[in-house]
Amino acid sequence: MSDHVETFEIAVNGQRRRAAVEADATLLTWLRDGLQATGTKRGCNQGVCGSCTVMIDGWPQRACLSLAAACEGREVRTVEGYGDDAVMRTLQRRFAEGGAVQCGFCTSGMLISARRLLADSPRPDEAEVRAALSGNLCRCTGYKKIVDAVLLAAEELAP
Amino acid sequence: MSEILERVAGGVGQGVAKRENPEKVNGRALYIADLYRPGMLHGAILASPHAHARIRGYDVSAALAAPGVVAVLTGDDVGDGRMGAFIKDEHALAKGKTLYVGEPVAAVAAETEEQARAACRLIRVDYEELPAVLSPEEGLAPDAPILHEGLAGYFKVFDAGSEGNIASRSIFSEGDVDSAWAECDLIVEDEFTTQPQAHLAIEPCGALAEMDAAGRVTLWSANQSVFRVQANVCESLSLPMSRLRCLTPHVGGGFGNKMEPHIQPITVALAMKAGRPVKLILSREEDFEMVRARHPFRIRMRTGVKKDGTFVARECEALVDCGAFADDSPGVLGYALLMARGPYRFPHAKSHGRLIYTNKLRFGAYRGFGNPQVTFAGEQQIDEIARRLEIDPIALRRRNMVGAGEPWFLGQTIASNGLPECLDAVEAASGWKDGPKAAAAPGKRRGRGLAVTAHISGLLGTGAIVRMLEDGSIVLNTGATDIGQGSDTILSQMCAEALKVPLDRVSVASPDTDGSPYNWGTTASRVTYTTGRAVVAAAGEVERKIKEQASEMLECAVEDLELRPGGRVGVAGADKELPFAAISARAHWAVGGPIVGTNTLVFEQATHDPKRGVALGLPFPRIGVYSFGAMVVDVEVDEASGQVKVVEAWSAVDAGRAINPLLVEVQLEGAFVQGMGFALVEEMVWDGPRLANPSLMDYKIPTSRDVPAALHSIIVEAPEPGGPFGAKGVGEIGINPVAAAIANAVFEATGARQRHLPMTPERVLDGLLAHDAEDRS
Repeated sequence: MSDHVETFEIAVNGQRRRAAVEADATLLTWLRDGLQATGTKRGCNQGVCGSCTVMIDGWPQRACLSLAAACEGREVRTVEGYGDDAVMRTLQRRFAEGGAVQCGFCTSGMLISARRLLADSPRPDEAEVRAALSGNLCRCTGYKKIVDAVLLAAEELAP
Repeated sequence: MSEILERVAGGVGQGVAKRENPEKVNGRALYIADLYRPGMLHGAILASPHAHARIRGYDVSAALAAPGVVAVLTGDDVGDGRMGAFIKDEHALAKGKTLYVGEPVAAVAAETEEQARAACRLIRVDYEELPAVLSPEEGLAPDAPILHEGLAGYFKVFDAGSEGNIASRSIFSEGDVDSAWAECDLIVEDEFTTQPQAHLAIEPCGALAEMDAAGRVTLWSANQSVFRVQANVCESLSLPMSRLRCLTPHVGGGFGNKMEPHIQPITVALAMKAGRPVKLILSREEDFEMVRARHPFRIRMRTGVKKDGTFVARECEALVDCGAFADDSPGVLGYALLMARGPYRFPHAKSHGRLIYTNKLRFGAYRGFGNPQVTFAGEQQIDEIARRLEIDPIALRRRNMVGAGEPWFLGQTIASNGLPECLDAVEAASGWKDGPKAAAAPGKRRGRGLAVTAHISGLLGTGAIVRMLEDGSIVLNTGATDIGQGSDTILSQMCAEALKVPLDRVSVASPDTDGSPYNWGTTASRVTYTTGRAVVAAAGEVERKIKEQASEMLECAVEDLELRPGGRVGVAGADKELPFAAISARAHWAVGGPIVGTNTLVFEQATHDPKRGVALGLPFPRIGVYSFGAMVVDVEVDEASGQVKVVEAWSAVDAGRAINPLLVEVQLEGAFVQGMGFALVEEMVWDGPRLANPSLMDYKIPTSRDVPAALHSIIVEAPEPGGPFGAKGVGEIGINPVAAAIANAVFEATGARQRHLPMTPERVLDGLLAHDAEDRS
């Protein structure tokens, strides 16, 4: 624990937000307890489960392993921040309709990882999807319908 | 009227999306950790460092003086109340003694979670260490330390035969096993062991409690039953149930872990002591060490048959590690023993077992409820018998399986049975007779395995309230917690179908112990079947009231009226009809009163027919209706490492009637992958008294890369006569046969039986090398 509070700005979902946090506060803690942006989930706080995956400057990162202070001046995007993104909206619809969402706790992180994949590889094959999502644990679905949802979204977006 | 017009939008049989999915994909769905209340404090727990120790006293002065601390809770604060599903042996937190490493001993409420955790470390507990019991065998030793000195005086819900460290024992038998062995031409006998498995719902357990000015408490928590939460908190804290209201946010998976209590009693006690709302969320490590896990079993099984393949006798003996508290364990033992005969006609069958207290984390309900363990043993023996008699494994099972109208072990009649169709389906889809689909690559060996299973759905009490609103739309209130599997959607599909209204005109009330009818829980694969029955019956009462109103309004006989899709009621064979809105307006404002249908029930069919068999220590006198399943898997074994890869799998399950086929498929797929983890990689390992791998770094579960690329779920429908639209539950059955099917496939690939789980590369390689050496000599 550190008593030293630092103040700086982070862009979250397109808005500049003022952070006043201790130097060792993680991005996850600040997003959840500071902004009450709770769409990003804490599953293990150890960087393994992937539930807290957010986009930092366009790259999927574990918010539980990222220091808030290290995000000063960066662009952070969480699952709540994609209302204007046609690719994410297609992914979200395919997840919702295709049985890819069960308890939903891993869903935010899955979507962020899938969004980056479709930026890198608009028509991925199944093996690419499985590799891209392999850092996001799901205990409910068995992954099949999640993988299918990403493939269907890709097909719909880049016919 | 055309078929298209008859179809109810979102009704039964349609694979509609779950109703809450839009908010889950937008990050808007709130789970327990996402809730905040004005003035809310954060809780933290001090866990026991000892497996078995007497608590001589506490010094909490430093913790109370620490920054931000508002309240400190110890065993001295919680009175003498005890909770427990079968044996009331558990306080809200350790009191007098601590019984496992990780057991909550004290708790702190402070302004921040960091402050609460820091203050916990300042609590001094004066322990007197006691010798610990770390295995069932140690617990049975004549001079073993006793965990629960007061066991004889504890309240028990059935005659469990508790004594010393034996928490419960059960003995079930039919026929005369002891004499039957002489009739057998072939007898196989083996010992099997299975390992502790972590539930690992991705959401850790948590709770938030708040007391109002009158002393009444509201509790939100991650749960599988708001009613079990209410009962457990009130029993352990000696509160009248009317003083506690339990609610649920979205729940991030359960699999049994959230059915019985975790830290809800501690959170309520902290909030009452602090006089402010308290939120307590477990870390992943605490969730591993504090809550519960799947039971390790030691199973001795013996199966005897005639040389023509007729089954004669089976005996199963189970020694089960209970952990420190009984929790659901007596039920798990009894259920496993009831399922140990398998879905077969054995004229002579006996199963018996003991459940032993140990100084470990409590073991409890976990998807399958003991069935995956006994199926791992039983289905390998059937496979071995088929091999030795040179009979096709499917043919051998077909010849001996029970059918509809025949009794299950102990006597309950099976009303519906889709097992023959499940076997047909996996046989055809896998191309069974041709063996593994692809040839093995160099350095690999291929094998194919089969296993079958049965499971119940039913058990205990439930209810439904169907209310028609003024505009004719519907609110369904059942008290069933949807833990992500989709019961809100499935139950509202049934309600929509029963009343012929579109699904979007049925909303679902969130479970609330103040306003919902009782529901024992989202467990035992029971919500679709049991709560579904209550929904259909309550909707039937609404239909009757609609028709009574309509008969007066349309001046016709009730018998001449029919419900029509879209929320209308009309005269059969005529155009005259009324929308529900007109009916409901009349009921609200003029005649008859607002329309409400209610139904409650307790599952009624007896498990045991005393004329057929003997049952001592039966935890569930009325257990449920039977579903069936069959599974084929193809595996590839690496000859150098022993690593097993599941290449393809076919899982067929008799759902009775699939209310939502999409959600049935996800259950089968999710169950397969969880079962694959159980079969191949997952194991909680104790290093002496301490769990050695309580983190996702050290406890691995399957990822998207580990699962078979081709995983086929096949739905069979053998309607259950008393079920809602014929439906039966499918939540658990898909996990039961996985380890057995993989073990049978590994045998085919390597020539070696796997009797111990998980089937690690070391175990598989040892078996392969030993078999190859035997072949050469």
